[in-house]
Amino acid sequence: MKAVITVTGKDSVGIIAQVSTECAKYGANILDISQSVLSDYFAMIMLADIQTLTLPFADFVDKMSELGHERGLEIHVMHEDIFNTMHHI
Amino acid sequence: MVNTKDILETINMIREENLDIRTITMGISLYDCVSEDEDRLCEKIYDKITSKAKNLVSTGCGIEKEYGIPIVNKRVSVTPISLVGGGISPEGYIKVAKTLDRAAKELGINFIGGFSALVQKGMTNGARNMISIIPEALAETDFVCSSVNVASTKAGVNMDAISLMGQAVKRAAYLTRDRDSIGCAKLVVFANVPEDNPFMAGAFHGVGEDECVINVGVSGPGVVSSAIQRAGDCDLSELADIIKKTAFKITRVGQLVASEASRRLDVPFGIVDLSLAPTPAIGDSVAHILENMGLESCGCHGTTAALAMLNDAVKKGGVMASSHVGGLSGAFIPVSEDAGMIAAVERGALTLEKLEAMTAVCSVGLDMIAIPGDTDEAVICGIIADEIAIGVVNTKTTAVRVIPAYNKGVGDYIDYGGLLGRAPIMDINRYSPAKFIGRGGRIPAPIHSLKN
Repeated sequence: MKAVITVTGKDSVGIIAQVSTECAKYGANILDISQSVLSDYFAMIMLADIQTLTLPFADFVDKMSELGHERGLEIHVMHEDIFNTMHHI
Repeated sequence: MVNTKDILETINMIREENLDIRTITMGISLYDCVSEDEDRLCEKIYDKITSKAKNLVSTGCGIEKEYGIPIVNKRVSVTPISLVGGGISPEGYIKVAKTLDRAAKELGINFIGGFSALVQKGMTNGARNMISIIPEALAETDFVCSSVNVASTKAGVNMDAISLMGQAVKRAAYLTRDRDSIGCAKLVVFANVPEDNPFMAGAFHGVGEDECVINVGVSGPGVVSSAIQRAGDCDLSELADIIKKTAFKITRVGQLVASEASRRLDVPFGIVDLSLAPTPAIGDSVAHILENMGLESCGCHGTTAALAMLNDAVKKGGVMASSHVGGLSGAFIPVSEDAGMIAAVERGALTLEKLEAMTAVCSVGLDMIAIPGDTDEAVICGIIADEIAIGVVNTKTTAVRVIPAYNKGVGDYIDYGGLLGRAPIMDINRYSPAKFIGRGGRIPAPIHSLKN
């Protein structure tokens, strides 16, 4: 089972570090990262393996969203299947 | 890894364009609750609904969180109560309605459908008893929805039933006069009613259905509208293609949620209803899709053609995305639940007659339309009969949910807030069809050759 983590917001120092620390804390293994900064606007998409999560997935979604609030970022964690079903036949 | 563009597209659909799953509706059969004793009947109904659907809301919320897509409503539909109640007294039917309401509150769902009767050809004593107290049942409950099928292409039109429904609509408006006649918003009169519809107020669990089943209704007018806007000045063939592709994506999400809900609840998956169901929220309007297609205002000449194309393209795109499609499947055109429709009525571009024409090419019918409170009962019957005839002759589902708002006239508003929205009172033609309606009996089923 994999999850897509999207992080968007104003660029600042240490966003990737904080998000990946949070992932490590709850046992989410990061598989892939794509990131870009467009005139101060930070956008990152991460693919993470959630088989090894140490807490229920729904709680992980909340934890990441809380981190987003603290940092003034939008962090959404969604199950990979929603993207697969929508875009792949 | 999924393509970044696709990920951002999905997220944008959900965050900016109001993509959501409109409803997960659990259909529950109540046949095994039948009892001669009214109290025993109510007890069995309550127990069955609350045990079958006890995890419905929590499962829905779980899926919502995991996939990041809002599931707006979790609802229950049951076997038409007139079939379960049989010969119980009218008072007994009110008890059943209150039982359904109590079960809905216990489960935390926001509507329960199935206070229904199927009388397209004739009326059993049970159906007659139930129909006689629909207004009281709606006034005395909060979440119970009622529907009555008064016609079908095979059986014709039961005009006696239409007369009773005209009275019921009027009385429901009166009994709920302190709440903008909200009783009428929970009452639908159908022709060719689908038996697996997950949308309220017309949902019930059909006669040939499983013991328990999960049906899902998708939505997404905002997504289609934005896709059309982005397409710019393309021709109609390209436009139809864009609508199809968008409908495909929306429906795939519905299918995912439906199969996931079915797996987690251990209940068979029934159908996905491919509908463009608007909400009063800005950017979630079917009227705005039509306007983005190139109409100055929804309701102008050309609206029926645009809607016909939209409705067809939505079905074509959606059909391939789901293993089973059913319910009402098509674009909904309620007035009070669609900001663009409300605006079109306010600017005088959209009339009742145009709405009636539009219903000949799209899903459902005259939906959530407020008319003056002093409208004669026979006129309401005439509105119902016209709409039902369109369904019967064209072999499609049509329905009427009109609200003769008590003590209000043209220029006034009804306002329910939430999903039911607000609507301006629309002017109507007041000449009377009373003698025609009063003749009673049945309009025979239409012929299916010599199509002209």
